[in-house]
Amino acid sequence: MDLGFSPAEHAFRAEVRAWLEANVPRDLGSGDTRDGFARHLEWERTLFDARYAVVSWPEAYGGRDASLWEWLIFEEEYYRAGAPQRVTQNGIFLLAPTIFEFGTQEQKDRILRRMASGEQTWAQGWSEPNAGSDLAGIASRAVRDEAAGGWRLSGQKTWTTRGAFCTHLFGLFRSDPDAERHHGLTYFLLELSTPGVTVRPVERLDGDEGFAEVFLDDAFVPDADVLGEPNEGWGVAMATTGSERGLTLRSPGRFLATAARLVELFEEQAVDADDALRDRMVSAYIDAEAYRWQTFVTVTRMLDGRDAGSESSGAHSSMVKLFWSELDVRLHELALDLLGPHAELVDGPTAPWMKGYEFSLSGPIYAGTNEIQRNVVAERVLGLPRR
Amino acid sequence: MHFDFDDDQYAFRDAVRALLDERCGPDAVRGAWTSNEGHVPGLWSKLTEMGVIGMLAPESAGGLGLSAVDLVLILEEAGAHALPDPLVETAAVAVPLLADAGDDRVREVVDGATVAAVSPLDDFAINADVADYVLLFRDGLAHLVARPDVSVVPHRSVDGARRLSTVTADLSDTTAVGNAGLAARAFDAGALGLAAEQCGLAQRMLAITVDYVRERRQFGVPVGSFQAVKHHLANSRVALEFARTLVHRAAYSLDHDEPATAAHVSMAKSKADEAALLTARAALQCHGAIGYTTEHDLHLFMKRSWALARSWGSPAWHRRRVAASLARLAQEEFA
Repeated sequence: MDLGFSPAEHAFRAEVRAWLEANVPRDLGSGDTRDGFARHLEWERTLFDARYAVVSWPEAYGGRDASLWEWLIFEEEYYRAGAPQRVTQNGIFLLAPTIFEFGTQEQKDRILRRMASGEQTWAQGWSEPNAGSDLAGIASRAVRDEAAGGWRLSGQKTWTTRGAFCTHLFGLFRSDPDAERHHGLTYFLLELSTPGVTVRPVERLDGDEGFAEVFLDDAFVPDADVLGEPNEGWGVAMATTGSERGLTLRSPGRFLATAARLVELFEEQAVDADDALRDRMVSAYIDAEAYRWQTFVTVTRMLDGRDAGSESSGAHSSMVKLFWSELDVRLHELALDLLGPHAELVDGPTAPWMKGYEFSLSGPIYAGTNEIQRNVVAERVLGLPRR
Repeated sequence: MHFDFDDDQYAFRDAVRALLDERCGPDAVRGAWTSNEGHVPGLWSKLTEMGVIGMLAPESAGGLGLSAVDLVLILEEAGAHALPDPLVETAAVAVPLLADAGDDRVREVVDGATVAAVSPLDDFAINADVADYVLLFRDGLAHLVARPDVSVVPHRSVDGARRLSTVTADLSDTTAVGNAGLAARAFDAGALGLAAEQCGLAQRMLAITVDYVRERRQFGVPVGSFQAVKHHLANSRVALEFARTLVHRAAYSLDHDEPATAAHVSMAKSKADEAALLTARAALQCHGAIGYTTEHDLHLFMKRSWALARSWGSPAWHRRRVAASLARLAQEEFA
C-alpha cells in the first residue's frame, strides 16, 4: 500500500494547476442554454488546443496518454480551479469509451478528434417515452435499406441532454422486431441535421432548455455509422452505462471541490451555524473524502487486473453511483440551509448553489434510477434472488 | 499510489479467518456469555502462536515488525467473529505503545499476556478482572498497571460476551508509559481498531441476513426478492464499502504519522459505526421476529456493534474532532 503520488504526478498536478489558474474563464453562465453552450464550446476549444480536453486519450486523438492517476489529478484540479462544466461530457466520457472498444479504425479517425475539440458535440439517445428505467423496452425502430447501404430510423427519444444544441446523437434502436427485449438492438451514430430528424427543446427543472425530444421519421444512417455489430447494441451500450455510473462521468474532483466550497461557505456563515449544521457539514465532508479514496481503491484494482471486490465491476459501479448521487444532494441541501432566506435567489453570488441543488436532484434519477441501482447491488453484489 | 493490500497481507488475514471460523463460531461466543473466563478458551494462545498479538512489536521484542495496515484486516476478522477477547486493546493499543516507549513488558504481552484498557473517553474496560495488565489514561498520559494492583467493579453489558468493569488504581509517574504523544497515538490506534471491528461486524450481519432472506419464503417467494428488503441491504452494503475504505486509509496514516492522522481515524470510526448500526437495524428488520430472539445468532453481532459504537468515541464525538480541523483539511487534503 502506498497512498502517495509520484514526483512525476506531483509535477503534472502543478503544471495543470498553473495552466488552469491562467486560463479558466469566469462567468460563462449555464452551458445548458443555446448562448451558454456556444461560450462553453470556445472553452472546450481552448482546452483542446492545450491538450487538456481529453488527457487520458492517445496523443493521436488529441490526448496526452495520461495514466488514470493523472486523469484523476486533472479532474481534481479542474474542479478545484472552479472551471466550467464539460458540455462535451456525453461524448468524451460516455460515447468515446465505447468507440475505443467497439469502433472501427475509420470511425475512430473520423470522430474522436472532432469530438474532443468540440467540433462535433454528442447527445445521448437512450430514453424513450416508454423506456426509462426499463431501457430494454426501446421501441424506436431501425429498418434495413439494403439499396442505400444503411438503415432508416423512426421513433422518439427523450430527455436528451443538450440535444437542442448538439450536432450528433448516439443511441439504441430496435433493428430486429422479432427478437426479445435485450436482443435485436443496434447502436447507431446519427447526425442531427439528417433529413427526417426533428429536435424539440424541453425546459428542465432549472429553467434551461437543457433537455430535448428527438423525433425520427425514416432518418437514414449509413452502415459506416453503426457502432459494433448490428443487433448486438445492448452489449455495446452496456459498456457506456458502466462508464456513466462509475468512474468517468462523476470523478471525485467535482464533489471534493463542492465540499471544499461548502466548508468555506460554512466558515462565512458560522455565526448562525448551530451544532446540527456543523455535524451535517462534517458528515458530508467525510463522505466526499471517502468517495475520493474509494475511487483510488477502484483504480488500483483496475490497474492490477483485480476485480473491484468479488463482484463484477459493473455492479460495483452501481454502489458508486448511489453514493455520489446522494452525496451531491446532501452537499447542496446543506448549502441551502446555510444560506437561509438567500437560498431561493437565482441571481447573484449565491445562485450557483440553487442551480447546483436543482442539478443534484437529477443525479438519483439519471444513469439508471437509484432504485434500479439498489436492485443491482442487492442482486449482483449480495446475491439476492431476482424474483 | 497503490491503494490495496498485498498478497501476504491477504494470506495472513485468511489464516486468521480460518482459525476464527474453527475456534470462534457463534457457539464459542455464546460460551463467553456464560463462562467464568470471559473469553474463548485456548484461542488467545493460538493467536499468540500465530504472531497476531505481537504483530506490531519489532522482531527484536519477539514480534513480527508489521504495521497497522497489516493488523487492520485481522481486526475486521475479529469483528466478523465477535471475538470476545481484548484483541484491539492488546495488539493494536498496548503492544505498539510499550514498544515505542521502550518498555520491556512488551515481551510479556507478545508472549501472551493480556491487556485490558479503559479509553480516555470511557468508564469501562473489558476483561479487566481476568487480564494480566490494565491500561489507563489520565491527564494525557497512558499508565500500565498489573492487575493485582487495580481494583475492579464488574458491570453487566447488553453484550454478555463483554465482561465489563470499572477500574481504579493508584497512578503516578512510575506507572506512566511513554509520553503524551504516544498516549494520543494509543487512543487513535484503539478507535481505529474498533472501527475495523465494526466493518467486520457489518459484513457478518449482512452475510447472515443475505443467507436468511434467500431461504425464508413468504407469499410463495423468497423474501429477499422483495425490493423493500433489497434496498435495506443495498444501503448497508454501500455504507460498508465506503466506511472500510476510510478505515484502511486511516491505518496507513497511523503507520506514516501523517499530520491529519487523528482526523482520518475519526472519519473512519464515525463512518464504520454508522455502517454497523445501519446494518444492525436492517439485519434485524429483514429477519423479522426470529431476529428478535436470543436463539438466533444475529443478536451476538448486533449487540457488539451497539456497544462498540459508543466506545472509544461515539460517531458524534469523532465528527466533532473532525470539525475542529475541517477548514485546514479542506485546504490541504484536496490540494
